[in-house]
Amino acid sequence: MPPRKSPYQDRIQILQGTLDMLILQTLQWAPRHGYALSKAIRTNSGEIIRVDTGSLYPALHRLERKRWIAAEWKSSDQGPRLRVYRLTKVGRRQLLPQRSRWARLTAAIAGILDPANARSAS
Amino acid sequence: MSRPFWKRGWQRGRRNRELDEEIQAHLELAERDALDSGRTRTDARTAARREFGNRNLVEEATRDSWGRRWLSDLVQDLRIGARMLRRSPGFASLAVLCLTLGIGANAAVFSWIEGVLFRPFPLVAHQERLVAVVGTARGLAGFNEVSWPDFQDLEKRATLADAFIAEKITGAALSIGDRAEKGVGSVVSANYFDALGLHMALGRGFESSENVGRNAHPVTVISYQFWQERYHGDPSIIGKTQMLNRVPHIIVGVAPQGFYGTFVGYSWQFWVPVSMQETFDYGGSYKLEDRGARWIEGFVLMKPGVTRQQMQQELSAIAARLETEYPDLNRGCGVRLFPLWETPFNGAGTLGPTLGIALSVVVFVLLIACANVGNLLLVRSSTRRHEMTVRLALGAGRARLFKQVLTEGLILSGLAAAGGLLVAYWSRNLLVRLLPPRGIPYRLAGELDWRVFAVTAGVCLVSTLLFALVPAMQSSKADISGALRSESSGVVGGGRKAWIRSTLVVVQVSLSFLLLVGAGLVLQSLQRLRSASPGFSTDRVVITQLTFSKAGYDAARARTLEDELLARVQALPGVESASFSRSAPFSLLSYSSAAIAVDGYQAPRDQQPSADYLEVSPAYFSTMGIPLVSGRDFSRSDDENAPPVAIVNETMVQQYWRGADPVGQRLQVNGKWMQVVGVARLSKYRNFMETPQPFFYVPLRQNLGMLACLEVRTLQPPQAISALLLREVRALDHDLPVYEAIRMREQVDRSMAAPQVAVTLLSVFGSLALLLAAVGLYAVMSCAVSQGTRELGLRMALGAGASDLLRLVVSQGLALTAGGVLLGAAAAFGLTRLLGYLLYQVSPRDPFAFAASSAIMAVVALTASILPAWRATRIDPVRALQS
Repeated sequence: MPPRKSPYQDRIQILQGTLDMLILQTLQWAPRHGYALSKAIRTNSGEIIRVDTGSLYPALHRLERKRWIAAEWKSSDQGPRLRVYRLTKVGRRQLLPQRSRWARLTAAIAGILDPANARSAS
Repeated sequence: MSRPFWKRGWQRGRRNRELDEEIQAHLELAERDALDSGRTRTDARTAARREFGNRNLVEEATRDSWGRRWLSDLVQDLRIGARMLRRSPGFASLAVLCLTLGIGANAAVFSWIEGVLFRPFPLVAHQERLVAVVGTARGLAGFNEVSWPDFQDLEKRATLADAFIAEKITGAALSIGDRAEKGVGSVVSANYFDALGLHMALGRGFESSENVGRNAHPVTVISYQFWQERYHGDPSIIGKTQMLNRVPHIIVGVAPQGFYGTFVGYSWQFWVPVSMQETFDYGGSYKLEDRGARWIEGFVLMKPGVTRQQMQQELSAIAARLETEYPDLNRGCGVRLFPLWETPFNGAGTLGPTLGIALSVVVFVLLIACANVGNLLLVRSSTRRHEMTVRLALGAGRARLFKQVLTEGLILSGLAAAGGLLVAYWSRNLLVRLLPPRGIPYRLAGELDWRVFAVTAGVCLVSTLLFALVPAMQSSKADISGALRSESSGVVGGGRKAWIRSTLVVVQVSLSFLLLVGAGLVLQSLQRLRSASPGFSTDRVVITQLTFSKAGYDAARARTLEDELLARVQALPGVESASFSRSAPFSLLSYSSAAIAVDGYQAPRDQQPSADYLEVSPAYFSTMGIPLVSGRDFSRSDDENAPPVAIVNETMVQQYWRGADPVGQRLQVNGKWMQVVGVARLSKYRNFMETPQPFFYVPLRQNLGMLACLEVRTLQPPQAISALLLREVRALDHDLPVYEAIRMREQVDRSMAAPQVAVTLLSVFGSLALLLAAVGLYAVMSCAVSQGTRELGLRMALGAGASDLLRLVVSQGLALTAGGVLLGAAAAFGLTRLLGYLLYQVSPRDPFAFAASSAIMAVVALTASILPAWRATRIDPVRALQS
């Protein structure tokens, strides 16, 4: 398949690992549907991170396919049926390595941005 | 993953609905939140939507993450594609027609190659492990046969083979009731049917005991067809008697339906075990215990996993050991294996190269067809540009558009592939029709098995890529804003596209030019062959076959009969002379071959000089019209009691006597000394293409041998001779079969089967290519005229006359053609060498063929560009400039 050049896909590629971690982390406390998840990420990040729907839903479905999260239809009281995602055991096991990788990554980026600090930290 | 795909397809529908629902819920929740924050209802809805982004794209990206998207995409693309094609039936049918011709020609040739070369023997198991085996002799260019004792030793000592199958092709007189006619069959080793893995329709194959004992097992297996035709499928046929060469044989089995024997080209009627060799061998003697008598051709069934090279190594080692064990008889003798498609002793060897040429020709035709369809698609993609841009603007991915155009191409070539397989099915027996009749049932059928289907599918895919790739790239490159804006002016493809299309036409022209040159060369060669002299009379000699079986007659009675028949034939009105021989030039019957030695000639070490020879009666040379350049003809006194004599040909004189007249010298043949009494002029012995080879003649009388051919020198038509001959033969012996009589000319023509097939194929495909190229050129020129309307109008407004415009357009067409011809000529210069084996006294770079092809091409190009040019002159300059 030829590489797709759609702008949405570019963003997925950049954010993929990070977004996956954010989703897993957010679902750790309670199952949520897509809209609630995006709201939670936004709120928890202090309105800084807005997850694009064009990245969120593909990521959710991809994680579901990997069986890191599982989805279930729940009917709400006065409203549409909601597709609620929860973290699976496999997903929970993935969370830790994801977080440590993120920690390494941020430390590395910090090192690049501020070499002196990084050296003193190590 | 484990669900079958159709269920997955169904699931997909459900998942699509669910995704829709999920996103709808998202929007509703967002809208509700916005409402809560105090916006109006419409405001809230718009905000939610804006926040969400392009719903289609989100859904598409999500569906992408499901994987296996291609299936639903493909179905959708196919649906759209079919709709688009239905909308322009003219384009679709023209494209499908072009491709059907291209793919059909390929499928037909593939099916021939499969049926004739790769899997020539229907029903035979493990054809991929079967190889042909022949003998070799050091110093002999061609191949030799193998003796039965050698064959058995090879079989006994080889560890890499499952079976050795001996086979000797033979003709025989088949008598049914009081009628006798010619039949063809094989003398085979007893393992024949078992080793080939055949299940007999009735009765049994041969048993291993039937390999031994001189004439001890008069049993036969008949073919299914023969059983049906002659015995009307008699269910109690087993145990009945079939007369073969006047010897009663018990029918022990009927071969399965659809098995035609193991000789590419013909279908067999009967098989007999090797113990009956003497009854069927025109060479006459009993050969099963004679290591010096080489008469067997055969097949080796290799063990699974063994390669031909390994097998060859082992057999060569065994042959070398046999050489040291039997130095007198086996000096210089080896064996050689051939893959089935190169089998030298049947039709595969001669048809192989011709089919190879046919294959390259049809590939060219396919390329031309692809170029044509590519051109049509490019024209269409200009007109469809608007559609493409709208779809891009509506959010279709470029890759999707790319795939969409490819899918449309796939629909076209898929339809064409289906049509092509039909073409292949209809033409599976076409090869036989291209061949001159030979009096034996031909069998050269194409085989449409899964491999032909697979290759056709592959061709279909590759050609789709060839013709649709460029248009697909062009479509997906469409520029949204530009195209939408300039939509009203109806702009068509720019300079780049015109350039691509011109290139395609040049390629088409060059390929068809190449085919034209090839056809011209082969045609010329065939004409030369037709008028060439083989070194004997072709128009005044009528030839037929007779079979006096040794077993049916004792030697003395056979001699008397021969003499009597010859005397009767010579006395017929209009007959100048008549003679007998064991075989004849250009016949299917093989010549005898012998080890020779000459006084004073020292052969290179380890080499056994050998030559082919023919056993003839007196008056053979005068009847055939072969001049004797020195010495005398055989006479009736050169018989069993006289000293052995021989007549040699000119090449033999050159080679062994260094050109000195050998009359009176000695020649040793298979250890027996003979006196050379004459020198015959060199003639052709098997076909026109052969190089001059040493050859000699010996009297029939002095050499055991059943006569097989009767030559009659006469101006009477063959039919008349046939009738007279039948009368004379019947008067002598009621049961003796008489075969068709033909003029020697016809016998010679039959040897031209391969060039004739090549000529037919090249002319048919060459004209096809020419037609396709003309259509392509016409399309490009018309398009150029319609695109250049403005420019042409301007020229007219500036005072250019109709003839100027005509010249302008036609010269453009001719320029493209000239480019194609130059390119094609360069390619032809390199490629026509491959036709070499078909060319008789014609250079592969024959200037006439090149000139004639250029002329034809020029005429075609002129014709194809006249109409567009005429249309250019009808342009109304005012309207052209206004638009």
